[in-house]
Amino acid sequence: MSGALTAPAARGGTGRGGRLLRQAARHRVGLTLAVLALFPFVAPYEALAVNILVLGLYALGFNLLFGYTGLLSFGHAAFLGAGAYGTGIAIVHGGLHPLPAIAAGVVLATVIAAVMGFLAIRTRGIYFAMTTLALSMCVYYAFYQMEPLTGGENGLRGINVPALNLGLVSLPLIDPLVKYYVILVFVGTAVWLFSRLLASPFGAVLEAIRENENRARACGYDVARTKLVAFVISGAVCGLAGALNAIHLSIVPIETMHYAMSGEAVMMALLGGMRTFFGPFVGAATFLVLQDGLATLTSHWQLFTGAIFIAFVLFLPSGIWGEVVARLKRAGS
Amino acid sequence: MSGAILRTEGLGKRFGGFRALDGVSVAFPEGGVTAIIGPNGAGKSTFFNLISGAMPPSEGRILFQGQDITGLAPHRFTRLGIAKSFQITNVFPDLTVFENVRVAAQARRVRFDLFRDRAAYPDLARKAEALIAEVGLAGREERLARELAHGEQRALEIAMALAADPVLLLLDEPTAGMSPEETRTMMDLVRRLAAERTLILVEHKMKLVMDLCRRLIVLHQGALLAEGTPDEIRANAEVRRVYLGKSA
Repeated sequence: MSGALTAPAARGGTGRGGRLLRQAARHRVGLTLAVLALFPFVAPYEALAVNILVLGLYALGFNLLFGYTGLLSFGHAAFLGAGAYGTGIAIVHGGLHPLPAIAAGVVLATVIAAVMGFLAIRTRGIYFAMTTLALSMCVYYAFYQMEPLTGGENGLRGINVPALNLGLVSLPLIDPLVKYYVILVFVGTAVWLFSRLLASPFGAVLEAIRENENRARACGYDVARTKLVAFVISGAVCGLAGALNAIHLSIVPIETMHYAMSGEAVMMALLGGMRTFFGPFVGAATFLVLQDGLATLTSHWQLFTGAIFIAFVLFLPSGIWGEVVARLKRAGS
Repeated sequence: MSGAILRTEGLGKRFGGFRALDGVSVAFPEGGVTAIIGPNGAGKSTFFNLISGAMPPSEGRILFQGQDITGLAPHRFTRLGIAKSFQITNVFPDLTVFENVRVAAQARRVRFDLFRDRAAYPDLARKAEALIAEVGLAGREERLARELAHGEQRALEIAMALAADPVLLLLDEPTAGMSPEETRTMMDLVRRLAAERTLILVEHKMKLVMDLCRRLIVLHQGALLAEGTPDEIRANAEVRRVYLGKSA
């Protein structure tokens, strides 16, 4: 269920572990989905399972830029928020069916990602991070000010989707387990497309840019345009996560767009392992379970998640899942 | 000169107030090796960066096969058939040797395929394998590029440059930092490569290139000092004074 970045090149030794790893890499989508399908039965409660699913997708979309292209964005909350608001507004003010409403959210996030990406990809390193942060704060304030549409500080309320009506069948989303699996259909499709993307020639170009931008350019790749395409796709995936989150929560809190949320994407990707396919989901699960557990014990839970995060960066930089994959590889060779 | 593959006209580069290169007009004949030599600080690397498209000139023009290519984006140079190997090793360190060359070969064929598997292009894999063998790295395909020895990384870089099917290959000090053994292997490779395409070589060590190249261009303090056949350069009193006298 992993697949390190070099998955198609089938690295990882010739031993049993290595073979196992290669098999796992080949079927990473199936394995990811199998784990996610069984997940509600091991998660403490269903709402948390949905949170992990949605934020896992958010972290996955973010990681396309961070882990695979080597671009650290601090503005991805704008896409999560745009997806959520787009969907929420379409349902609350437009009275749309949930499916086109989700599409509206994804489109809104994609458009915002195209504009932000167009401006941000001119910069590199810390300047890129700062530019994305600044632009996402512009988006935040724009949505904050549009109170009649977005609810401003109170967030957008009343996104009631009791059931997903598909003509022949109506799926009761009030049942948390049904909701989980409906959302899993979207997440699963996105994960499958995402995996195809990473294995594609385009995915190879992203890795090349991460490894050495100058060399990629010297090979004949248009680095700026490739980065922009990656940025927009990443934004669209995060937008889908936001759209699903709006339906899940029935509300879009303004915090969805706050830059702290952008920081959470970085934390989840790093905790899980930015260089692995499955890592962002592991990171999201770890982060949310920690948050959930600590918040019941103390109101200062952020202090502890912060400390744990620092410990990870210092002592386990490859992340939880990255470490598991590395160990399997060592055992294999 | 007719039959020139690359020609520069009054090429110059300023960095702030500093003139790194000034009014260099030269023509590179098609086929064989032309070497650009000169002492440290002569402007060799600046000249290389200009003709390889890594940076735009401050003045002057660059003509490739008669076409003005001044100021084109770096990746356009590669697509026209001008490939380069950098002075400082420049590979994709965390990718395998195979993937390094495969992704370089892919640039010519498919750049924005987002859905098919990379393995759906077996011709690229075959090309990569062939190039890896050509530069003497057969058997190293699955190693990570950063695990290779220095000389092997330079060879890998040349395989990556060749993957672009260049008609003109630019090499910036291909033997820099190499052991005598590695240097010999590299020069043999350069000789083989020059049989099929035009090579322009920046080299600090003049002796290395003397018996290899058809033509030499000598830069000194950012300007063209002399150009000609190896014999003409050896006989040139000016060149002997600024260059041979000191380093040979």
